[in-house]
Amino acid sequence: MTRKLIVIGAGMASGRMLEHLLDQGEDWDVTLFNAEPRGNYNRLMLSPVLSGEKTYEEIVTHDDAWYEEHGVTCRFGEKVAEIDRANRRVMTETGDVLPYDKLVIATGSNPFIIPLPGHDLDGVIAYRDLEDTNRMIALGEQQAAKAVVIGGGLLGLEAAAGLHARGVDVTVVHLMGHLMERQLDEAAGYLLRKELVGRGIKVLCSTNSKQILGANGHVTGLELDNGTVLPCDLLVMAVGIRPNVALGQQAGLAVDKGIHVDDQMVTSDAHILSVGECVEHNGAIFGLVAPLYEQAKVAAATLSGKPATFVQKEVSTKLKVTGCDLFSAGDFAEGEDREDIVFRDPARGVYKRLVLKDNRLIGAVMYGDTADGSWFFGLIKEGESVAEMRDTLIFGPAFQGGAAGDPLAAVAALPDDAEICGCNGVCKGQIVQAIKDGAGSLADIKATTKASASCGTCTGLVEQVMAATLGDDFVLPAAQSVCGCTDLTHEDVRRLIKAQELKSQPAVWQELGWTTPNGCHVCRPAVNYYLLADWPLEYQDDLQSRFVNERNHANIQKDGTFSVMPRMWGGITTPDELRAIADAADKYKVPTVKVTGGQRIDLLGVKKEDLPAIWYDLNQAGMVSGHAYSKGLRTVKTCVGKDHCRFGTQDSTGLGIKLEQKLWGSWTPHKVKLGVSGCPRNCAEATCKDVGIVCVDSGFQVGVAGAAGMDVKETERLVDVKTEEEAIEWTAAFVQLYREHAKYLDRPYKWVAKVGLDWVKERLSDDAERAALNERFEISQSVYRKDPWADHAERRADQYQPLADITLEAAE
Amino acid sequence: MSWIDIGHIDDVPLRGARMVKTPVGCIAIFRTAEAEVFAASNSCPHKGGPLSDGIVHGRKVTCPLHNWVFSLETGEAQGADEGRIATYPIRLEEGRLMLDAVAVGKRSAA
Repeated sequence: MTRKLIVIGAGMASGRMLEHLLDQGEDWDVTLFNAEPRGNYNRLMLSPVLSGEKTYEEIVTHDDAWYEEHGVTCRFGEKVAEIDRANRRVMTETGDVLPYDKLVIATGSNPFIIPLPGHDLDGVIAYRDLEDTNRMIALGEQQAAKAVVIGGGLLGLEAAAGLHARGVDVTVVHLMGHLMERQLDEAAGYLLRKELVGRGIKVLCSTNSKQILGANGHVTGLELDNGTVLPCDLLVMAVGIRPNVALGQQAGLAVDKGIHVDDQMVTSDAHILSVGECVEHNGAIFGLVAPLYEQAKVAAATLSGKPATFVQKEVSTKLKVTGCDLFSAGDFAEGEDREDIVFRDPARGVYKRLVLKDNRLIGAVMYGDTADGSWFFGLIKEGESVAEMRDTLIFGPAFQGGAAGDPLAAVAALPDDAEICGCNGVCKGQIVQAIKDGAGSLADIKATTKASASCGTCTGLVEQVMAATLGDDFVLPAAQSVCGCTDLTHEDVRRLIKAQELKSQPAVWQELGWTTPNGCHVCRPAVNYYLLADWPLEYQDDLQSRFVNERNHANIQKDGTFSVMPRMWGGITTPDELRAIADAADKYKVPTVKVTGGQRIDLLGVKKEDLPAIWYDLNQAGMVSGHAYSKGLRTVKTCVGKDHCRFGTQDSTGLGIKLEQKLWGSWTPHKVKLGVSGCPRNCAEATCKDVGIVCVDSGFQVGVAGAAGMDVKETERLVDVKTEEEAIEWTAAFVQLYREHAKYLDRPYKWVAKVGLDWVKERLSDDAERAALNERFEISQSVYRKDPWADHAERRADQYQPLADITLEAAE
Repeated sequence: MSWIDIGHIDDVPLRGARMVKTPVGCIAIFRTAEAEVFAASNSCPHKGGPLSDGIVHGRKVTCPLHNWVFSLETGEAQGADEGRIATYPIRLEEGRLMLDAVAVGKRSAA
C-alpha cells in the first residue's frame, strides 16, 4: 500500500533522506514543501558560488528530473502553516489540506539577527540562502562598493572572502579576541587573520557594534562602540543560527533548543520525524553537515521500518576559503591532564597543535599545512593509544624516524634584511656575510659590523645568528630566558618584536615559537608591555595580561582591599581637592588615610566593588589616577622653589608639574619616579630618583639612574641645560629611550648599568635623535595620556562587581 | 542536581575571571582562552589572595599576592607550593554559566 509522506523543508538533510528512502524502491507518495522557491541544493557550496568558483547550477543536488523520476510532488515557494496532529494532516498557507501517514519536519535554522538599532534597514542581510548570495554578488558589480560583515566565524569569513573576491572593500567586525574562536585557538586565529589582512580584508577583533546607520531606509554604515563609523552599502550579519522550531512548537511537539528527537529521529509524536538543523538530540543541536547526513540515513531507515540508531560523533571543520588552509577537530582546550604537542614553522606560517589525554589524541588544530588533517581526525575518532608514535606523531603518517626540534628556528627563519642591531642598523645578512668572511667570535662581529657594539641588548641574537650560520663550530653561551615558555631572553624578544614587526601576543607566541599555548604570568605582562611600547597605535593593551594592580588601577592590600591615590601634580593640592578626598574617605568608609613619600594622599582599604564609584567622585572634583600602582610614571616630587624659598634658584614646583603633565599615563618597563629640587640643598631628594633635576642659578642639572629601594644609589649626571624646555626635552627623551630598550622590570638604574651611561649620553646628545625620541613618546602619549579611572568608571564599572550574589535565599 | 544560572560566559573575559558570592564563600569563575570555564574557591590557601584577580594562563591561575599557581581542574597548587583550593561543578548551557546549587550551599529549589 502506498503511504503518504510529507516533508517540510528541502535542505541538505531532507534531500539526503529522500535519496536513501526512494533509492531503496520504497513505495511512498512524497510531497516536498520548501519555503525557498527551489529544491534541494548544497548550501555548503554557497561560498564557492559567492566567490565565483562555482555556479548555482553546479551546486543543485536534486533537479526537476530527479523529483519527477522518483515521484516527488514539489511544492516549492509554499509554506506549511499548521500541523493538525490529531487528524494527521497539514494546512498550507493557501488553505490546502493534505493528509499524511508520516511527516518529516526539516525546517532547518534561521540566521540570528542581532537586534541592533537599524537591523531592519534594507541592505542588512544574513548569509543563509541563494537570495543572500545573489545580493552579495550584485554588490560586487557596483563601483567602489563597501561591505561590513559582523561575525568572524566560519560563515562570516566565507562571506567576507567571497565579497573580497568580487572586488568589494570588506571589513569584518568580530566581538571575540580572535577569529573562529569556536574552532581555532589564538595562535591559529592569528595566522588566519594575518592571511586575510594580507589579502586586503580589514579585520577588527574584540570589537562591539553599537548601531546600524541608514539613510532613506537603506543601510549606510555601522557605528562601533568606540564611535568609529564604517561606511558600507551592504551589511552581512553572520553571527550564528537558531533552530527553526516554529512549526514543531505550534504542533505541540516537545521542543527545547530544537525539536526533540530520539535515536531513531522520531519526535514526541510517533508519526512525525525530524532531521537537520532544527532538531535537538540528547541536548545537542547541529550546524555541520556530517551529522546531518547521518541523521538523514537513520530517518530513512526508520521510515522503512528498519533498525538504525543515530550516534553523535566528533566533527571536524574546514574553512572554505581558497588559500586559507585550516583544520580543527575534537577538543583542543588545554589542561592539566592533557599534553600539547605544538609545532610551529614561522617561515612557512605553519602551526599545528595536537592535544593528547591518557595517550589518546582528542583534538587537533592546524593552520598552513592541513594535509594530515583527516589522518589525525581518524585517530581522534578511533580513540586508540598513540603512545608508540607519540614522538613523531605531529609529523603525520608519512614520517619515518625523528629529528630534534631546532631552538634556532626563529632566528634561522629571519630574512637577510631583518634588523638585528637597532643601534647601528645592522641586518642579519651583514652578520652572515661577516661570518662568511671569517669573523668567528662575537668580538670579530662587533669589530667588523658594529652589531651589538653599542647598547648590547642584541648580543643574544647576534650569537644565535652565529650559531645558525656556523653550526657546531659555535657554542651558544647560556642566557637567562624570559620564562619556561621560551628559550629567548627579554632582549631577544624585544628585538624580534621590532625586527619582525610582531604586533599581537599570538603573533609573538607563533613567530617566536612559544612552547605554551598562551604564555604564563611571567611572560604575559612583559610581552604585553613590549608590544604596547613598540606599537602604541596598533597594539591594544591586554588587561588580562596585567598584574592585578594595573588591571584594577589600584594597589591590592594584604586583605584583598585596594588603595586609591589621586594624582597631586608636583605635590600641589587645593582646599577643594582636600575636601573631595575627605568626602570620599567618609562616604566609602576608608579605614586609613595616609600621606605618602611621593607627596600625595593614599586612601587605604577600599573595597573592589567601590572603586568605580570612588573614582567617579574624585573625577568630579577634577582629580585623576595617580598611577601609584603602575609600571609607569608615579610621582614628581618637588620642593617649593624660588616662589617661597629664600634659597630657591628656579621654579622647581612649576617644572615638576610640567614634567608630570607631560609624562603621566605612560607605561614603562618598571616604575619611574622623578624629583625636582630648587637648589643643591636638594629638599626634594632628587638625587636618588630615576630622573632627578637639581636647579642651580645657571639652569638645570639633569641626573638619571638613581635608586632608593632595594639598592640605594645616587643619580649620575646626564646633562646640564640652561632652560626648562631643554630639561623637559632631555627627560622625555631619556624616558622614551628607557621605554624602548630596557628589559621588563628593570628600573632605569639597572638598565643604565647594563648599557652604560656613555651610550645613553651619546644617543641623547644627538639633537635629531632626541627630537625623534620625543616625537615617538608623544605618539605613545596620544593613546595613554588619559585617565584610566574615568574610562573604567564609565565603561567597565560592572567588571568590578561580583558576577552574581546567590547568598540570599530567593523569595518563596 | 539543580543548577543556578549565575550569568553569561561573555561576562567573564577571555583568560580572565569574575567572582560570585555564595553561601559557601566567594567563588571565582575562570575562563581560559577558549569557551571554557572553571569554578573554584576565590581564596588562596596561602594568605587569602583573591584568585579572581590573578592572571589566567592555560588551565591555571596565578595568585595576585604571592604568585602561587593553581590548576583550575584539580585545585592543586603547582610547583614547590603545597595546598589546594576547592573546585566546584560548573556547566555551560548555551552560553549561560550554571553552578551546582547543592555544592555551593543552596538548598535545591523546590
